[in-house]
Amino acid sequence: MENSAIIQINQLIKRFPIGKGEFTALKGINLTFGTGEFAGLIGPSGSGKTTLLNIIGSLDMPTEGEAIVLGKSISKLSAKESAKLRKESLGFIFQSYNLLQVHTVFENVEFPLLLLDYTTTERKKMVMDALEWVGLTDKVKSKPPQLSGGECQRVAIARAMVKKPSLVLADEPTANLDAANSHNILQTMQNLNRELKTTFIFATHDEKVIGYLKRKIILKDGLVDHEEWINQ
Amino acid sequence: MDKPVKLNAMKIAFKLAFRNLIGAGLRTWLNVIVLSFSFVVIIWMKGILVGWDHQAKNDMEQWEIGKGQFWHNQYDPYDAFTITDSHAPIPNEFKPEIEKGKMVPMLFAQGTIYPHGRMQTAMIKGIPSSQTLLKIPTHKLDSTVTDAIPAIIGEVMARSSHLEKGSRVILRWRDSKGTFDAAEIEIVDIFSTTVPTIDVAQVWINLKTMQEKLLLPEQASLFSFANAEENRSTVGDFKLKTKKELTAEIDAMIKTKNKGQSVFYIILLLLAMLAIFDTQILSIFRRQKEIGTYVALGYTRQQVVTLFTVEGAMHAVLAAALAAVYGVPFFIWQAKVGFTIPMDTSEFGMAIAPTMYPIYSMGLILSTTLIVLLTTSVVSYWPARRIAKMNPTEALRGKIQ
Repeated sequence: MENSAIIQINQLIKRFPIGKGEFTALKGINLTFGTGEFAGLIGPSGSGKTTLLNIIGSLDMPTEGEAIVLGKSISKLSAKESAKLRKESLGFIFQSYNLLQVHTVFENVEFPLLLLDYTTTERKKMVMDALEWVGLTDKVKSKPPQLSGGECQRVAIARAMVKKPSLVLADEPTANLDAANSHNILQTMQNLNRELKTTFIFATHDEKVIGYLKRKIILKDGLVDHEEWINQ
Repeated sequence: MDKPVKLNAMKIAFKLAFRNLIGAGLRTWLNVIVLSFSFVVIIWMKGILVGWDHQAKNDMEQWEIGKGQFWHNQYDPYDAFTITDSHAPIPNEFKPEIEKGKMVPMLFAQGTIYPHGRMQTAMIKGIPSSQTLLKIPTHKLDSTVTDAIPAIIGEVMARSSHLEKGSRVILRWRDSKGTFDAAEIEIVDIFSTTVPTIDVAQVWINLKTMQEKLLLPEQASLFSFANAEENRSTVGDFKLKTKKELTAEIDAMIKTKNKGQSVFYIILLLLAMLAIFDTQILSIFRRQKEIGTYVALGYTRQQVVTLFTVEGAMHAVLAAALAAVYGVPFFIWQAKVGFTIPMDTSEFGMAIAPTMYPIYSMGLILSTTLIVLLTTSVVSYWPARRIAKMNPTEALRGKIQ
C-alpha cells in the first residue's frame, strides 16, 4: 500500500431492483486505497467493478456498508455535498470519453475549472498545462468530432487532471482504443500518477491496462476474489 | 492581472447554455427563426392596432369631435326618433367661444334625397361655413349657387347615392312645425375622410340656412369645442361628452380586435413553443451522457435542470436578437409606408384609414419580449424537470429509455 488511506470500504453491499426482485451487484466489499495508488478493479462484465467505481465516485449510494472517500462517508452525503466532492477532488475518465461534443478541446478541459473559483488567466494556464501533459496543445480549438479516439481520450484525461484531483476514476478507459493509443494514454496516466501523486483507480478487463497496474483487485460475482501487488 | 472572478452557477449556466446552443447549429437556428418570426409578427400586429387606435382618435378629433362635444340631452345617434326633438337655443355661455372659432354649433335633422329618381334617407347637418375647427371643408358652402342650396357630402355618400360634384338633387325635410318642405341642393364639394359618422348618409349645409329651413333660429343640436382644459359641465339642455366618452367605441373595437389577435399570437407562440419543447425532450434523451457527465464533473442534478432551462430560454434571447436584425428595419419601413388594407374600409362604421401606420412603443416591445421569454422558460423547464429524476450512472451510459 502507498501512503495514507484515502478510500476505506467496509462491508459494502449494493443491490439493484430488477422487476419485482433484486440483483446484488456488490456482496460485502472490504478495501482500502492509499494516496498515489495506480490500482485496478478487474473482472468480467457483471462482477461489480463499475458499480464499485460509481460508489467511490459518489455517483451512486451503497445499500449497506460504508464507503469513506477522502474522509467523507458517501452514504451520508447530500446531493450538494457529493457534487462538491466530485467537483473539487475527483476526476472521471469514461470508456466513451463523454466529451461535450459542441465544445472545443479547450472548453472541454476548462469545464471543471468553471465550477471552481479560478480567474480566466488561471484557467487558461491550467488548461494549457493539462493539454501539455497529454500532448494536445495544438488541438485547443478542435472539437471532439474532429479528433481521433486516442485524442478524445487524452482530452478526457486532461479534463480529469486539470484541477489536479486527489483521485481519478477510470472506467474501461481503453475499451474503444487500439493498442498503440491504449499504451500511449496509459503511459500518460502513469506519468501523471508519478509526477502529481494522483491516485488512479481503473475498472477494466483489458490486458493492456492490467499490465500497467501496480495493484490488481480481482472481483468475482460482487466479491473481492483476490489481490495482487506488483513491485515496479 | 485579472481580478479574481467569482463565477456563480447561473453565470456558468448562461455561458454553457450559450456554447451549447451555438454549437447545436441548425437545430438551434430553426427554433430561433420560428420564435423570432413570432416576435416580429406580434409586435407588428400590436403596432398596427396601436397605430389604428391613434389614427382613428386623431381623425375623429380633427374631423368630428374636436376635444369634446356638448349634446342636446335628447340626442341619441342610435335612435332616429330622438333627432326631431334634439335641439335647443344656443346657450349664452357658448357664444364667446363660438365667436372666437373655438366652438362649432351643429343642427341635425332627418331628411330624404331623391338622387336619380330614387329615394334615400339622409341626415341633414347644419354647420357654420366659417368654422375652421373641424377639417370638414365647410368654406365650400359659401359657393355661389343659383336656385339651390350649396351642400357638401363625403366620398362614401357620393358613391352610394351616385352623386358627383355639381350634381343637383331634391332634399326633403320636415320643419319644427311639422310641415314637410323641399328644396334643390347642389353638391359643391365631395370630401374624403376616414370618419364614417360624418360621411355615410350625411348632407352638410350651412347652419344659417338649416336654421331657417327648420324654423329653428339660433338653435343647435350639438357643439364641438377646441379647448378640453376648461372646467366644463352640463350647460342648460346640453350635456358634456368628453373625448374619452366619444372615442369609447374605438377603444371597445380595439379591445375586441386585440382579443381576436391574441388567438393568433397564441397559435404563433404555441408553434414556436412546440418546437422548443420538442427540442428539449429530444435533448434530454439524446444528451443523457452529457447530463451524466455534468453530474460526474460536479453539477447537482438540479443545476443541470437549470442549465437546460436556461438553454431553452436562451432561444428567446437569440430570437429577440435575430428579430431585431430583420425586424427593426421592417418596423421602420412599415412605420413609413404603412399597411394598406386590401379592401374598402370606408363602410366599416369605424374610423379606419385605408393605410394604417403602426406605432411601436418601448412598453410594447418590452412586454412582448417578456411574455415570450417567460413562456419559453416555462416550456424549457417543463421537460427539463425529468433530469432531476435521472440516475446519473445510467445517464452516463445513455441507458435511460
